[in-house]
Amino acid sequence: MEFRFSEEQQMIRDTAASFLAEVSDSQAVRQAMANGAGYDESLWSRITEEMFWHAVHIPEKLGGLDLGYVELVAMLEQMGRCLTCSPFFSTVCLGVNALRVAGTEAQQKKYLAQIAGEGRTATLAWTGKGRRWDAKSIDTTYTLTKDGVFLDGRLHYVTDGHTADLLIIAARENGSSGEQGIGLFIVPAGAGGVSSVALPTMDQTRKQATISFDKVQVDAADIMRDAGDAWPLLSQVLDLARIATAADQTGGAERVLEMTVDYIKERRQFGRPVGSFQAMKHKAADMMLRAESARSALYYAACVADEYLAGRGTDVMLAEAASIAKAYCSEAYFFNAGCALQMHGGIGFTWEHDLHLYFKRAKSTQQYLGDASFHRERLARMILDAPT
Amino acid sequence: MRLAFSKDDEAFRESIASWLAENLSGKFEKIRFRGGPGDEHMYFDERRDWEYRLADGGWTGVGWPKEHGGRGLSIEQQVIYHEEYARAGGPGRVGHIGEGLTGPMLIAFGSAEQQQRFLPQILAGKELWCQGYSEPGAGSDLANVRTKAVFDRDSDRWLITGQKIWTSLAQESDWCFVIARTDPNSRGSRGLGFFLVPMDQPGVDIRPIRQLTGTSEFNEVFFDAAACDADCIVGEPGDGWKVAMGLLGFERGVSTLGQQMLFQNEFNEIVAIAEENGAASDPTIRQRIADAHIGLRIMRYNSMRTLSGDVGDGSLEKSAMIYKLYWSTWHRNLGNLAMDVLGPEAEIAETAPYDLTRLQSLFLFTRADTIYGGTNQIQRNIIAERALGLPREPRPATD
Ligand SMILES: Cc1cc2nc3c(=O)[nH]c(=O)nc-3n(C[C@H](O)[C@H](O)[C@H](O)COP(=O)(O)OP(=O)(O)OC[C@H]3O[C@@H](n4cnc5c(N)ncnc54)[C@H](O)[C@@H]3O)c2cc1C
Repeated sequence: MEFRFSEEQQMIRDTAASFLAEVSDSQAVRQAMANGAGYDESLWSRITEEMFWHAVHIPEKLGGLDLGYVELVAMLEQMGRCLTCSPFFSTVCLGVNALRVAGTEAQQKKYLAQIAGEGRTATLAWTGKGRRWDAKSIDTTYTLTKDGVFLDGRLHYVTDGHTADLLIIAARENGSSGEQGIGLFIVPAGAGGVSSVALPTMDQTRKQATISFDKVQVDAADIMRDAGDAWPLLSQVLDLARIATAADQTGGAERVLEMTVDYIKERRQFGRPVGSFQAMKHKAADMMLRAESARSALYYAACVADEYLAGRGTDVMLAEAASIAKAYCSEAYFFNAGCALQMHGGIGFTWEHDLHLYFKRAKSTQQYLGDASFHRERLARMILDAPT
Repeated sequence: MRLAFSKDDEAFRESIASWLAENLSGKFEKIRFRGGPGDEHMYFDERRDWEYRLADGGWTGVGWPKEHGGRGLSIEQQVIYHEEYARAGGPGRVGHIGEGLTGPMLIAFGSAEQQQRFLPQILAGKELWCQGYSEPGAGSDLANVRTKAVFDRDSDRWLITGQKIWTSLAQESDWCFVIARTDPNSRGSRGLGFFLVPMDQPGVDIRPIRQLTGTSEFNEVFFDAAACDADCIVGEPGDGWKVAMGLLGFERGVSTLGQQMLFQNEFNEIVAIAEENGAASDPTIRQRIADAHIGLRIMRYNSMRTLSGDVGDGSLEKSAMIYKLYWSTWHRNLGNLAMDVLGPEAEIAETAPYDLTRLQSLFLFTRADTIYGGTNQIQRNIIAERALGLPREPRPATD
């Protein structure tokens, strides 16, 4: 047992921190979030060509770096600290994960190599409109005909759905319900019958789109594993994405604490720093408790994800670790961001100050892929309803 | 990062588990899962015998260095030891203050003679210790202690006079470590000494204090020219604060993982009740049970980070510093959850006149967790000042 970053992992984290400090400062973030794509093409090129981060956990034989989930979350934590706008999350944490978990050998060979080699972007689209993040939310359908497989429906809340090159789609067999009849399909964004609409979002650092499918034909080679019975695979992809989201949240939770501590040391009222008031100190201590615990939950989940991807851990372990991390980090980030706003007074309420960007990202990531209540109920089912 | 234990460590797990299975049986069966916090007065004699049994098997002081008679286990194996101990229902250790606090304190600050005099007795389970820090006027503000220590040249001994309060298990202890003022003109953290005082003497008067549980784990202890030998001061006169604070640091060690296994046992008991009485289908209770589960898992991951050592960015210290605030709050919430899962049954005690159930004790005793060893408010002050660098609380002018 060794529950700390190795020297190499520390190096990866430190490199990420210094690179992002240079390319993803407040000004860069504000510029990226205001353009239509939601990211800066030239930054994405640097990430894919110079840093090669997008290939972090793509196997070596497919042109990737062949590193693990711990390395991945080390990078994501830094991106969360900097509010980095890029298709990294959608491509790596949704696309690559989906291909690794549910792709056939041929699909991995083709598409992972494309992502690693050409910097193509990808995303996962799976839910209909609503507030659930379970199998019931899947309402796009697929129909098997003698001419092939056709997709119909509208997919919501698709991260970077308006820019991704490659779409991985979850759909259900016409007439199926619940966790039955789910299939996963790979569709190029330009395929006939696919149209996507970018949505204005409250958190401008994470873009979303709605994607409509009108009798979209899927190439037989692009039907992913276990079609008709793919909910367990999709569920594992989502768990990996939840852990990645928790990394962003952990980074953000730490960063708003730092910003707050710096500010309350400087800001004076009643003739002394406001940080000398115990009401402030105790809130700051509570924030630190959450930031540190979020890290612990995150690193543990990352280790479990590594075990799972290496074929050693079970999907139940993955689900448990992901739900623990997502539940805790979601609340920690939102708590810290909320306290940070309060502790900054009026200045924190301005557009000019960066805090609102964190506060909004805390809320959007909290909802994304299930909030804390969702994950607590999921854990409750494991603890209380499991057959003994 | 790597979560798995090595083959050697797993073999070690086998050996401690089978030793426990073999020994924690027969006359010790009835003390399984007993004697934890809030239950420390129960089966004291049987638990003392158990301490001897552990000592015979070489299972006391497992984390102490070998040269001091300990087992010198690696961090991993200590973790395993504590896990297996709690899993087997190992009873609360009567010697935990000596093993967890006095021993490490003497190893760090004591003289060779003191180490030779006291450590073997602690390992053998023969001498039990209590902690004489708090006084009526010195709780959170520990540096305000008034108890005096005067060196008597005629008898060549230190004479201690003053009053300690909230002294846990003083009535069962052979020795007490006491902070007392060696410089009568000093104030605050200066001018203090750290003394090792025998309890069985005319100058020591122990009066039990009844707690809200109806039981009396803690006491008032009056010292009236109580004597200890010239070499029963740790360090020099004036070093008392340094030693006292160093000792508090040992409270955050590996044994926290053993404590967590006890928590796990308590949690499991509550889950079993919820499944039985239907609380498991109440959505709010389900949320709270899951929340407790999350809290306990993360408590473990926090400890694993602390124990795995620094990562070069100071986060080690941070994960250690939140520990007390984290676990005390979690445990207090668990006590509350236990009552709410039980519903009306929560009110019914074990027997008259006031013998509480284990979960009632849990509910009540966890209210002390957020007080002793530095209250939650003091913990937050410490985190804010030492980890985050915020301005310090006002302190007396002498500091
Ligand atoms: C069950 C139990 C067992 C104990 N066992 C022992 C033992 O074996 N040996 C021993 O020496 N002591 C023991 N103690 C004593 C314990 O360490 C003290 O109770 C504790 O340090 C608090 O001191 P106090 O009770 O005087 O409370 P006070 O210090 O009077 O605190 C009262 C309230 O004021 C708050 N407060 C105080 N100072 C500050 C501040 N600067 N900022 C913000 N809030 C503040 C506290 O948080 C608390 O809420 C035990 C206590 C309990 C409950």
